[in-house]
Amino acid sequence: MKQKLTKWRLLTVFGLLTLVLSGCGEPFLSTLIPAGEAGQIAYDLMILSTVIMVGVVIVVSIMFAVAVIKFRRKKGDESIPKQVEGSHVLEIVWTVIPILLLIILAIPTVIATFDLADTKAMDKKNEDGTTDALVVNVRASLYWWEFEYPNEGIITSQDLVVPTDQKVYFSVKASDVKHSFWIPAAGGKIDTNVDNINKIWLEFDNEKAAEAGNIFYGKCAELCGPSHALMDFKVKAIPQDEFDQWVTAMQSVEESTPTDPEAAAGQEIFNQKCLSCHAVTAADERPEQARLAPNLTNFGDRELVAGILEHNEEEVKNWLADPEKYKPGNKMTGTYGELSDQELDQLAAYLMGLKVEQ
Amino acid sequence: MSTIAQTQKRGFAGTVWEYLTTVDHKKIAILYLIAGGFFFLIGGIEAMMIRIQLAVPNNDFVSAGLFNEIITMHGTTMIFLAAMPLLFAFMNAVMPLQIGARDVAFPFINALGFWLFFFGGLFLNLSWFLGGAPDAGWTSYASLSLASEGHGIDFYVLGLQISGFGTLMGGINFLVTIINMRAPGMTYMRMPLFTWTTFVASALILFAFPPLTVGLFMMMFDRMFGSGFFDVAMGGNTIIWEHFFWIFGHPEVYILILPAFGIFSEIFPTFARKRLFGYSSMVFATVLIGFLGFMVWAHHMFTTGMGPIANAIFAVATMAIAVPTGIKIFNWILTIWGGSIQFTVPMIYAISFIPSFVMGGVTGVMQAAAPADYQFHDSYFIVAHFHYVIVGGIVLALLAGCHFYWPLMFGTMLSEKLGKVTFALFFTGFHLTFFIQHFLGLMGMPRRVWTFLPGQGLETGNLISSIGAAFMAAGVIIFLFNVVMTQVKNVQVGKDPWKDGRTLEWAIPSPTPFYNFKQLPLVRGLDAYWIEKLEGKTEMTPAEPVGDIHMPNNSFVPFVISLGLFIAAFGAMYQVDDKAWAIPVLIIGMGVTFGAMLFRSIKDDHGYHIHKEDLLDDADKGGTR
Repeated sequence: MKQKLTKWRLLTVFGLLTLVLSGCGEPFLSTLIPAGEAGQIAYDLMILSTVIMVGVVIVVSIMFAVAVIKFRRKKGDESIPKQVEGSHVLEIVWTVIPILLLIILAIPTVIATFDLADTKAMDKKNEDGTTDALVVNVRASLYWWEFEYPNEGIITSQDLVVPTDQKVYFSVKASDVKHSFWIPAAGGKIDTNVDNINKIWLEFDNEKAAEAGNIFYGKCAELCGPSHALMDFKVKAIPQDEFDQWVTAMQSVEESTPTDPEAAAGQEIFNQKCLSCHAVTAADERPEQARLAPNLTNFGDRELVAGILEHNEEEVKNWLADPEKYKPGNKMTGTYGELSDQELDQLAAYLMGLKVEQ
Repeated sequence: MSTIAQTQKRGFAGTVWEYLTTVDHKKIAILYLIAGGFFFLIGGIEAMMIRIQLAVPNNDFVSAGLFNEIITMHGTTMIFLAAMPLLFAFMNAVMPLQIGARDVAFPFINALGFWLFFFGGLFLNLSWFLGGAPDAGWTSYASLSLASEGHGIDFYVLGLQISGFGTLMGGINFLVTIINMRAPGMTYMRMPLFTWTTFVASALILFAFPPLTVGLFMMMFDRMFGSGFFDVAMGGNTIIWEHFFWIFGHPEVYILILPAFGIFSEIFPTFARKRLFGYSSMVFATVLIGFLGFMVWAHHMFTTGMGPIANAIFAVATMAIAVPTGIKIFNWILTIWGGSIQFTVPMIYAISFIPSFVMGGVTGVMQAAAPADYQFHDSYFIVAHFHYVIVGGIVLALLAGCHFYWPLMFGTMLSEKLGKVTFALFFTGFHLTFFIQHFLGLMGMPRRVWTFLPGQGLETGNLISSIGAAFMAAGVIIFLFNVVMTQVKNVQVGKDPWKDGRTLEWAIPSPTPFYNFKQLPLVRGLDAYWIEKLEGKTEMTPAEPVGDIHMPNNSFVPFVISLGLFIAAFGAMYQVDDKAWAIPVLIIGMGVTFGAMLFRSIKDDHGYHIHKEDLLDDADKGGTR
């Protein structure tokens, strides 16, 4: 009977905790509202450890509160309390119980560690070198992100597009200093090292993605310079068929002159001043060392300008006029000289016209 | 005129000179306290700037680059220049007295350690005025620190190198002192817990600082002399720096927390009037924590990509540390259980420490679960965790220690009333600031961000956190006021001011005579003074007849040796810019250092003796400084 009662209590604690925690944060950002399997594994472990630890804190606090309240010195009490040396039984009790609690925590920890590190699907290559699993090569550079889909042969940046309800495999690295790739709602982070490639997988649940408006926030989680705080990216998680459409659209983008004369003038300027770093087709053949700046193929479809500003022509112009003001220490400032107001208008018109979605 | 009388009555200049040349552990303790306190205030101001900047989204109180400098200097200052030296202050002030020694084993080295630390810290902080402070975080991860422009990182590397030498010397000195200079009867298992924790922390310093020194040397050569240890383009590896840093950095955490545990282990028995529960298991737990502290460094690197096997091993090893720490917590609770608790300010701090530290400890175990840590790592959850252990553990211990040992160091007693006000403000502010940060981290806020954008659900938490910081600052200001008032009033409180002192340091006259013990005491058990008091005695039984005491002479050489390195550091740093004067300055600086060392080696300095007759004279008048 008594045991049953404690079980119930434990469940209540679990339930309450889940309730309290899920009230925390935004569905597109919070680790407490996991959006897929990898996030769920981490979340379950977080909850398990929290429950155990809250239990420990409660037990210790009660013992401690009783001790402090019960054994206050009364006024004028000069007596000397009994000097106790210790107790072997108690020592054993409070050594063994924590060990048991830790074993309860350690087993799922080890299992989850290996689960989350299982990226074997990335290594199963077909004859043409592609994989059945969806792989994204992530490259972090000072304050922007590049996402290359090696199987599909396309490159994009800033907005990661992934299909829902399947494991997406990431192989990540950095091109200048160390960054860290983190989509809090989808799962844990992995450092993008300058020395080697790290691999992880994440999964985005279709329903959870819909709840978050199909957009998740991604962050850089390792101090990388002045604009570390602004090195955000977005994750667009969409159903498989929409994703396939997007891939096809990206693959078919070819350089063409816009019909709008303003945008066409913008393209002129772009080709002179920007094209040496930025690309406007998804199939960028240059080696990564030459890809010095974000690929802009679908710039017009993106969520934010430079990962932080609202997505409209006005902000594009603000950004182009003075990137330093918005992202201190970025590598774009000063590479293309002054732009006149007219040039800014034309460039913004051209850039906002770079779309693959209808 | 006796030698004792000569040491009294000095003008201001005389006092300054005395402190510049002193080799007395009690005066060096005061130097550490003042210097550490000064850096603590600087670090605190930096903390306030961080919280002001993050109080509201998109704030522009400080610029992005400056913010990174502030967080780097806040972390570096608080760990290396505030927490360590303040603990060293108590180690110096208390440990030799606790084991019944007349000084540390190497008084000259003790002074050298202080001046190296001081000049290193000064050098580091001069970066603010000489073109910008380091900006790669206190961890200074290699790819970012090599890419950092200006001289900020050079200040970090050279400053920490110099002050690190000082710390290493201090640690070795304490080890030798505890091994060799215990009074008759003071066996290892009769040593007070603070001495034990000093002993283990010093052993940790001995093994943990060399990796830092090596790492800093490599960084110094990479940045200033063209090597490529961490430069991937030249075949180097940045991950090696992370390992070096954390092989040092994790034990460093225990170097800080163990003496804090020691301070509380002295306070609990004193104000509960009950001996420490489970003394031998407390000692065992201390040693075990120290040992395990070297086995877990890579839990700071779970997301570095070490692979599941390494992550799993380090996860389980890290969890294991919770066991000895738990033992300590329960032993403290059982110490006050059945005791007679008197709520003095040190005891209030000690009592508030238990729940605060437990909360920091349990989040540590949560982070040990590697897959969960992939979420916690480098988020505000981590910031909350380590401030819970560092503020909830170490800073509370430092404040408690200040109140508890003030009479021992200065002969006066800090105001209990103001102490309680400080406690209330500081404790409230502490929980207000850091508790909410757990949730900010879980809600997706990375650490070390200069600002955050609105609309991510992070506004309220950050504002609460900033308000809490203001409470902490108010508490510290009142504490300072308390210190000044106490020293202005200068009411001497005499021997054993807490009435319930248990260990040797309370058995000597106040102010402590500069030779500490006229006759070395005979120690008859744990809590040596308490045993004598229970038998109705007011003094320790001497273990030797009154005899001449051999004392070391003051020396200005430690100051000069440290000054030389300080000068040389400027030369090393500016030779990168091809400044013509830089190399000569480097050579001159090293020349000053080596010259001073040579002078010290050649000149015979046998110290002096206090004669028996003077000691007997002195006994009638009470102690002198």
